[in-house]
Amino acid sequence: MTILLTLDITIMKILCFINHVPDTETKVKVSGDGKLLDPTGINYMLNPYDEFAVEEGLKLKEKFGGEVVAVSLGGDSHKDTLRKALAMGVDKAVLLKDANPRDSFSLAQSLAEYAKEYSPEIILFGKQSIDYDDAQVGGLVAEMLNLPSISVVVKLEITDGKVIAHREIEGGHEIVHSKLPIVIIAQKGLNTPRYPSLKGIMDAKRKPIEEKTVTANSPKIEVIALRKPPAKNPGKIVGTDASAVPELVRLLHEEAKVI
Amino acid sequence: MSSGFNLDPTENMLLVQQTAREFAEKELRPVVMKYDETQEFPFPIMKKLAELGFLGATFPEEYNGAGLSPLEFTVMIEEIAKVDPSVALSLCAHNGLSASHIFMFANESQKKKYLPDLCSGKKIGGWGLTEAFSGSDAGGMRTTAVKNGKTWTLNGNKNFITHGSVGDIFIILAVTDKSKNKNGISAFIVEKSMKGFSVGKKENKLGMRASDTSSLIFDNIQVPEENLIGKEGEGFKQALQVLDSGRIGIAALSVGIAQGSLDASVKYAKERQQFGKTLAEFQGIQFKLADMAMEIEAARLLTRKAAFLKQEGKDINLAAAQAKYFASEIASKAANEAVQIHGGYGFIKEFPVEKFYRDVKLMTIGEGTSEVQKMVIARKVLE
Repeated sequence: MTILLTLDITIMKILCFINHVPDTETKVKVSGDGKLLDPTGINYMLNPYDEFAVEEGLKLKEKFGGEVVAVSLGGDSHKDTLRKALAMGVDKAVLLKDANPRDSFSLAQSLAEYAKEYSPEIILFGKQSIDYDDAQVGGLVAEMLNLPSISVVVKLEITDGKVIAHREIEGGHEIVHSKLPIVIIAQKGLNTPRYPSLKGIMDAKRKPIEEKTVTANSPKIEVIALRKPPAKNPGKIVGTDASAVPELVRLLHEEAKVI
Repeated sequence: MSSGFNLDPTENMLLVQQTAREFAEKELRPVVMKYDETQEFPFPIMKKLAELGFLGATFPEEYNGAGLSPLEFTVMIEEIAKVDPSVALSLCAHNGLSASHIFMFANESQKKKYLPDLCSGKKIGGWGLTEAFSGSDAGGMRTTAVKNGKTWTLNGNKNFITHGSVGDIFIILAVTDKSKNKNGISAFIVEKSMKGFSVGKKENKLGMRASDTSSLIFDNIQVPEENLIGKEGEGFKQALQVLDSGRIGIAALSVGIAQGSLDASVKYAKERQQFGKTLAEFQGIQFKLADMAMEIEAARLLTRKAAFLKQEGKDINLAAAQAKYFASEIASKAANEAVQIHGGYGFIKEFPVEKFYRDVKLMTIGEGTSEVQKMVIARKVLE
């Protein structure tokens, strides 16, 4: 007979992995070696999908009590994003310091190592970072830790250690059940991230950002080249009245091949 | 200890800027014209701002404040003003005048009684100096307070009071000894709920229409003696210092209007085509944008210098007057040029510059006209 039928969590340890990405208004440029984004002149921000992860972490803490830790891997500039998470209300921020570029696998390895040490009940990710858009790290970390993971989550309920998550799938929601500990990968719609309050911003100043130096294992992929998409061809005006419709239809069918 | 005036914004200033900017874009921008047209006070917006700490921005945590520095406050006001100057004006009046007057001059029990509710936004604050026959010349004040026993009896009217019809707690300046002229004016904390307090006419204004402006009527209000702020006769001196500090907020508000005008103009100049090219390609337009950008930068630096001096506990009388005068004048110019760049589209309500053009006029009038700022500056220069 199983005695531990219900997992009574009094102190929930919640880990949010967050990334520091170019803001959506930035016009990105390719770096000199043609393999990375050029960081000069870019304004950075907390990755929008990771904001959902942080917000969900804070909501879980409000419900169950516990601690929310935000962790980011990168150079010193990532501290700005960690500070934002602190201003939103996370209890502690950790910078896994390594300014070198990582592929998803080597990034996931370092994050998984940290997670193992901290052993949280729940690990939250955004579904992808809007810089390189690999959308792999959450799943990889779950595999490395041998934990269940649920991706593109738009609704999350946790009761007595049981997890019910709604996943966004084509044309509807898939409802999946699992249990803690777990990796949850957030999709837009999971919640509305809070604005950091002025008090939160002032409190953030008093919270330390812990730093740990980490080193990369050998990457699994190598970037050969990064290019901007080719400029779009200019539009074509076929005509201005109804007589142009047959020609428009012909072009859409034969040239553009969209109908 | 002085840290020196740093041109780079601190990490905290950037975070405050980000929160204020996101709030303004997402929560304010969609409703700006609604409140402008109806001239309703934006209670739902103020409630959300209160939850984020904007109504107790610069006051210590022990009074429910957020504890922002004066520099961080200027960033906050500028960002809100870029989208809705009238909401920024409400924040300036509430924080910079009424709550500030209590924080700067009230005793500890008055602070404990009134500041927490003002800082949390549970109560809205107003500040009453101006009267129908006394604006810039505050010596001509007619509202009186007469002491009888343990209460003061207030009689008179106040005019053009921000939050007049929506405020709960007011700082009221009244003559307590006519023979002493400016040294016979005292400051009182008056609550809306006190018998004899009533709200007069709500003004129908050119701009800043979401910010409530009304007259107040005092008919034998019995104000308890413990509501006198500081000592009898110190009210006018207090008011001048509150205004010095409030002017930094008005300067920041002006910088925000100017920046909002420039941003809208740059966007429009890049999109609008005439004679086969964008407006931005015409040197005549470029020169306007260049002047706006340079003047905004200068105004922002003067504003931040004044805020920095306040942070350092230094005399801000001159710096605040210079910042307020310069920023409000260049903002008026920027809003005017923005309408000019937009042409006919600047004259209609679909583009934000039409509202900036109306709102900005208050900047050279409120909390001391430009001419009064010049008097303050000249007095210092001639000292």
